[in-house]
Amino acid sequence: MVQMTYLEAINKGIEEEMTRDKKVVIFGEDVGGVKGGVFGATQGLAAKFGDERCFNTPLTEGEIAGIANGLGLIGYRAIGEFQFADYMLPAVNQILSETAKMRYRTKGDWTTPIVFRAPYGGGVRGGFYHSQSTEKVFFGQPGLRIVTPSNPYDAKGMIKAAIRSDDPVIFYEHKRLYRLLKADVPEEDYVVSIDKAQVVREGSDITVIGYGMVLQHALKAAEELAKDGIDAEVVDVRSIYPLDKETLVEAAKKTGKVLLITEDNKEGSIMSEIAAIISEEALFDLDAPIQRLAGPDVPSMGYALSLEREFLVNEEQVLEAMRELAEY
Amino acid sequence: MEKLKTTGLSKEELVQAYKDILMGRRLDERLWQLTRIGKTSFNISGQGAEVAQVAMAMAFEPEKDYFLPYYRDMTATLTWGMTPKDIIMGSFGKDADPSSHGRQMPNHYGSKEHNIVSHSSTVSTQIPLATGIAYGAILEKSDFVTLTTTGEGSSNQGEVHEAMNFAGVKNLPVIFGIENNEYAISVGTKEQYAAKKLSDRAIGYGFDGFTVDGNDFAATYLAFKKAVKKARDKKGPTLIEMMVSRLTSHSADDDHTIYRSKEELDSLKEKDPLLAFEKQLIDEGYMTKEEMLELDKDIKAQVNKATDDAEDMPDPTPESLYEQVYAE
Ligand SMILES: Cc1ncc(C[n+]2csc(CCOP(=O)(O)OP(=O)(O)O)c2C)c(N)n1
Repeated sequence: MVQMTYLEAINKGIEEEMTRDKKVVIFGEDVGGVKGGVFGATQGLAAKFGDERCFNTPLTEGEIAGIANGLGLIGYRAIGEFQFADYMLPAVNQILSETAKMRYRTKGDWTTPIVFRAPYGGGVRGGFYHSQSTEKVFFGQPGLRIVTPSNPYDAKGMIKAAIRSDDPVIFYEHKRLYRLLKADVPEEDYVVSIDKAQVVREGSDITVIGYGMVLQHALKAAEELAKDGIDAEVVDVRSIYPLDKETLVEAAKKTGKVLLITEDNKEGSIMSEIAAIISEEALFDLDAPIQRLAGPDVPSMGYALSLEREFLVNEEQVLEAMRELAEY
Repeated sequence: MEKLKTTGLSKEELVQAYKDILMGRRLDERLWQLTRIGKTSFNISGQGAEVAQVAMAMAFEPEKDYFLPYYRDMTATLTWGMTPKDIIMGSFGKDADPSSHGRQMPNHYGSKEHNIVSHSSTVSTQIPLATGIAYGAILEKSDFVTLTTTGEGSSNQGEVHEAMNFAGVKNLPVIFGIENNEYAISVGTKEQYAAKKLSDRAIGYGFDGFTVDGNDFAATYLAFKKAVKKARDKKGPTLIEMMVSRLTSHSADDDHTIYRSKEELDSLKEKDPLLAFEKQLIDEGYMTKEEMLELDKDIKAQVNKATDDAEDMPDPTPESLYEQVYAE
């Protein structure tokens, strides 16, 4: 075991996979050379594996996706980095028209087993276009997998599983988590499933479901509430698409009280679908209406600290919402 | 003037080229027939581009090179290795259809066995994929060459620009073919682009571009031959614009009499490259009219047999709708 940040865990996971399999290649804007990405996620990879396997692309997201698709077709495990999840929008056509459909439209003759890495999320004073949660753009596209780890252990295990997956995976990385968390991460080879949600805290009174940064708030709040005898179950969605319905529904049934938290806008977010699934599968096991705590329905968070704070779901709101639900 | 001699192709090779061209025409006529009698629902044809397509495809080595075609490239895929039965199975939507096993509309050609990559209906999304595959040749230190094609209207898509730019930056072994038939459904070239020649765009990407008369077999073949050699020698990409005719409506759902004048429609026969190639073969002493008539009989019989064989093949089972969404 060694202490690692979420960012170091991702770097290490990629490095291990590139060592294990020479078909793993990585590229994107500023990814190659000495820079190693604007966040440093690919630092050291070009030096270790050469600048053919770890390379810079021109500033062209559609093409980053296209290169990955092409390499995937001929057996490479291509990892395309989008500098920010906001900038995946020029690549939407490639990802939805090609990546998501290649296996299905050829009944498995041609496949694109690739990984797209996408740093997302707010709280970094990034304003509109460096803070968004774009996962809903790709959600509900059978053929794609969307995942996001919430801690360093999962970050390393899930990036490795994503690289080995025969399906295309969009790997969302929460920017606020990059350096926020340090935790024990095994130095040996391990993978973490990319199609399972995880109960990260067992509880019997209420069930809180979320992913990414808000999960950290939920875990802290749960400890706080425990002091008052309120026992919260906290579930990390991890696999955003397809959703691990079984684990989510079980956790909802267990306490009968469900709070869904997301950093994204409230309407049209992933949580809306989770609410629908729980209503469909477990309505009569519920003791309270399903609650959602989310960002407001404005385009994105503002740059000014006051605006960013107003947009983001914060620790106090989470604590408050959990307490209210427990008392319902 | 013995133009065909300049190709360096043997008599057998030139006769084979003629067979492919004639097969392309007769097979396409059959596909129209099948839509007319209601056995299939769609056709989009390459009539008027057959000579250019065969000349283009003959410059490659299909066993190792990759081809990412667009929907008019049926005749090129025949030269590349697909069979008439393969093509007709696609029109019937049969389970054994190598292009998509009945999942995509007709004319979306592909065959894993022949290194022909499946393409979407969203025009030009295959172009970035071609650059990804071509980058694979660098990683693999292989001399395979990648060919991708599109229409002149489709060449205006942003992804084409992104892909060509990357190909120039990395000096990729890829050849971009544009089949310019001067119509994008009903929209003529004047409303599509202001450039004199589309091949001039290559200058902006840092590589060579040529415009050839696609009705001129020798000129087209030699242009591609040169580009393929250059790519195999690791000297970079080439853009080749082929000027061709569109003898038919855009597709089975279109009626070109609405937007093409009577004079223009009447003049199409003069622009038929099949007739021009036949005349050339006779004039230059490779075949006689009698041999051609004999061959035509044989090809029609082959088309009839391929139609019957394809029609007898099983349809996809309804249950197969659920297969190959994800790796199984
Ligand atoms: C992105 C996209 N927009 C529109 C269409 C509808 N469409 C199909 S073919 C076509 C015309 C293409 O013309 P061109 O590229 O010149 O090729 P041609 O059909 O003449 O060979 C259009 C508009 C499409 N398939 N994809």
